[in-house]
Order: sequence, then structure tokens, then C-alpha cells
Amino acid sequence: MTDLYQDAIVAQAKAATRAGRLDHPDGSLTRDNPLCGDRVTLDIRLDGDRIGDIAHRVRGCLLCEASASAIGANAIGKTAADVAAAEKGVRDFLESGRPDPRLWPGLDAFAPVRDYASRHTCVLLPFETLRELMARASEKKP
Amino acid sequence: MSFDLAAIRAQFPILTRRIGNAPLHYLDNAATAQVPQFVLDAVSRFETTSRANVLRGVHRLAEEATAAYAAARQAVGRYLNVPAGEVVFTGGTTGAINLVARSYGELLSPGDEIVVSELEHHSNIVPWQMLRDRRGIVLKVLPVYDDGTLNLEDLGRLVTRRCRLIAVTHASNVTGAVTELAPIRAAASAVGAKILLDGAQRAPHGPIDLPSLGVDFYAFSGHKTFAPHGIGALWARRDLLEAMPPFMGGGEMIRTVTMERTDYAPPPHKFEAGTPPIAQAIGLGAAVDWLMRLDWAAISGHELRLTQRVLDGLPRKVRVVGPASLQRRLPVISFDVAGIHPHDICQLLDGDGVALRGGHHCAQPLMDRLNLAGTARASLALYNGDDDVDALIAGLDRAIHRLGRS
Repeated sequence: MTDLYQDAIVAQAKAATRAGRLDHPDGSLTRDNPLCGDRVTLDIRLDGDRIGDIAHRVRGCLLCEASASAIGANAIGKTAADVAAAEKGVRDFLESGRPDPRLWPGLDAFAPVRDYASRHTCVLLPFETLRELMARASEKKP
Repeated sequence: MSFDLAAIRAQFPILTRRIGNAPLHYLDNAATAQVPQFVLDAVSRFETTSRANVLRGVHRLAEEATAAYAAARQAVGRYLNVPAGEVVFTGGTTGAINLVARSYGELLSPGDEIVVSELEHHSNIVPWQMLRDRRGIVLKVLPVYDDGTLNLEDLGRLVTRRCRLIAVTHASNVTGAVTELAPIRAAASAVGAKILLDGAQRAPHGPIDLPSLGVDFYAFSGHKTFAPHGIGALWARRDLLEAMPPFMGGGEMIRTVTMERTDYAPPPHKFEAGTPPIAQAIGLGAAVDWLMRLDWAAISGHELRLTQRVLDGLPRKVRVVGPASLQRRLPVISFDVAGIHPHDICQLLDGDGVALRGGHHCAQPLMDRLNLAGTARASLALYNGDDDVDALIAGLDRAIHRLGRS
């Protein structure tokens, strides 16, 4: 058994926190990973400049599902700046292996992914999608 | 002749490697096959004793390099049963198809039609889309059945008098299905269209008698045919190669250059601008010369027996994406495991030393057609054995037990 599929990651994926779609979202975005065909769709509803509700649909691997589930568990109440910082925190964590204060709770479970460079994008795709979705939502605001 | 698996395996040093505590079970041959020691030796011998540029110098090394490069072309010609002068060395299948799209494409007019299929690798789709956008030609698409074989029922309607080319795979890199050529030949000849076959997957499974296939272009890759990366070949009949304009300009492809104009070298050199990948070509020549000496009736029987063992042994939750029978089939087996993504399957089996490929296999239109994100794929070569199949099936059982969701 490879070390990649630690119980915490498997549990995170199986929890599928806020998996599904939102009715009448304020914004939706689908992004693909061109390398493997993984696809993430995120819906958000805004509460001012913060995420009021969020849902995700993932056609991807367990790491991608776990990452989206972690977003589902942590994203409500966050601003575009918070999301951008979190994405950068995950990216730096995967590349450097150093604990990062910007990491949302539970994301340190992805530590084993550090050694699998080809799988970093599986974790990052939901975060990249959320960052872009929030950036677009911020631009739309007057 | 006969087939001695142990003797074949002994030629491939990488097959003794271990992945962690497990022996390597290399089942990703459709992506890249391994290289036998004597191919490495041929490359090394050239680089250490005869390294020089080709078709330029008169010193001893240059003569030896030129002769070795020409011999490699002769070997590829023998493997395909065509004149060596009709073999153009390229970087691989992608390079060969792009050459045709760029060069033969220059002979096409707006409104001319090219037929491709949903079964194709991106390298036999994207160059034609680029040509469509550049030249105003029309792309038409042959559909596939649910089992990943080509649906040729509408061939007569799709191949019209404006059709100039049918570009299809000889065998699918996803489903392993071997294309039925007779209906395609009939449709093409009825309207005077050419046929291009993407032979990347078929070429590693024995010599090919191109004249009997009745096609006009054939492309394949060295790295899938037990040769180095960075080399491949395009075959086309000489009259076609002569009619086609050069793809790239530079050294070696010229006869005379003045500041006003250039006369081009005859084919195949017209299409080989610049210093070619000489050592890689020599490696490819050594590989196909070796393949020609093997007993392919015995090897094909071995490969298909293993394919049947995989098909029979896949766990219950696994659905094969490809033909269910061995008829017109290569030992390329794609499968979908309910509830588990192919990347996770491949990652877990890597822990057992089993090298698989997971994802869309550069065939996203096929995945969309089959409504799949991707598949896991086991692709066998002549050096695979029962141990590899056993490891695959046992690993899949473990992976499903670990990650499967009821």
C-alpha cells in the first residue's frame, strides 16, 4: 500500500462535505485538468464579499475529491483574498513541505502528496477553481 | 522458430528493476515500451565510434554515420515492406502526422474534406483541426460504438466526392481495437481519397505489410517500438512525397541554394531539414531488425493469451472499455472501476510494482463519447508474462478493497 492514501485523506474524500450543486448560485465555474481529465465544478452564493454557501461536483481522483471536500468544510465566510491566500498556502505546502499558517484546517492531511509531484495538480485544481471564481465575483461587484 | 519469453526478457535490463519491494510489472507499453540492450549497444557504438553528421562530410566518421543512417532507413523499409526511399524519419507519430497535415495539407483547397474518427489520439485530431483553421477544409467525424470500435455504417455518407483524406488509427491506444480497413479502402477509392493510418500502437506488434493494407500514409513511433525516444517514421508512396511541398526548410533538404531560390533534395531528404536524430534512427533500425527475426505467430498467440487472462481475471466491479473478444484486438486493455478514479487505481498499483496508465490517454473526444473521465489501461508487450497479469489482477483486487465504495 502506497503512503499516499492515508486514512485522513480517504476520510476527507468520503465525507464529501458540501458535494452537489447549489440552486440559483451567484457564480459557477468548471475547470479541467488537461493532463488527466479531472473536472471540478464549483457553485457559490455570496453574502456580501464573503462566501455564504458553496457546493462542488468533482469528476476526478480521490485527492481531488478530498481537496474539494476540504473546501466545502472551510470556505464559508471567506473572502476572495482569503481564498487566494489559502490557494497559495496549499501550493507552497505541497512544494516546500513546510507547515503554512495560511492552510485551512485539515489540509495538512495532504502532506504525503508532497512526494508525488504529478499529483499536486489533483489537490490544487479545486483551489485554483475557487480562487478564479471568487476573483470573478469580486470583479462583478460595483 | 519459437518464442522463448525468458530469452526475450533477458534482453531488457530494466525488467530486473524493483519498485520498492516488488518486481517491476511494466504494463504501460502503449505509452512507451522498454529498450533492449542491443539497441542501447547500437546507439552507444555509434556515439562512441562513428559519431558525425550525415550526408555532409567525407571523412571516415562521416561516411560511417551516413552509412549507418541509411541502413536504419533500409531496416524500417523492410519492417514495413516498402522501399527505403519512401521512409521519412520524423520525431515520432505526432511529427509524422503533422508533416502530412502541413505538407499534403498545402495541396488541399477550401471546402475539401478530411474524415477523422472519435477513436483518435489527439495527435490525429489536432493537426487536422489546425489545417481546417488554416486552409478552410471541412472535418468530418466517424463515430464509435460503445465498445470502442469504429462505427463504419455511415462511411458512405461521410466520405463524399470532396473527401481528400481519411485519417484513422490502425489500432486504438485506448480500446486496443484494430481498425477494419476494407470498408475504409472501398470508400476512399470510390472518391479518390487518400488514407492515413496512425500506426503508433500497431507497429510494436510485428512487421507490417503496407502494400497489402492499401493505404497512402503510415506513421509510427520508435519509442513504442523498443527504440529510443525522439525518432519515428512516416511512409508515403514516392509520387505523393514528390508532389508534397517540404515541411521545414534548412540544411540537408536542399539540392542548390542561391540568394534568390532553392532547389529541394528528392524525397525522403526533402522532409528531413537539419541534422536528423542519427543515433536514435540507428537504434530504431536495430529494434525493427530484431523484431523481424522473431516468430510473430507465436508472439501474437502469447500476447492474446495474456489479454484473455486479463479480460477473464478482472474483478467484478471492473468494466472493460473496448472489445470483449480477441478478434481484431491488440493487448491494450482499458477499464473503468466503479467508484474509483483511474489515477487512484494506478497510484495504488504502483505500490505493487505494476506500471499502468490512467487518464484520458490523449483521447478526450473518445472519453466524452463514452461519458468517462478516463480509464486505467494495461498495455502489454512481447516481454510481459503471466506474473505481470497475476500482479495486475491481485493489485486491482486490493485497490478495490481499499478504495471501493459500495
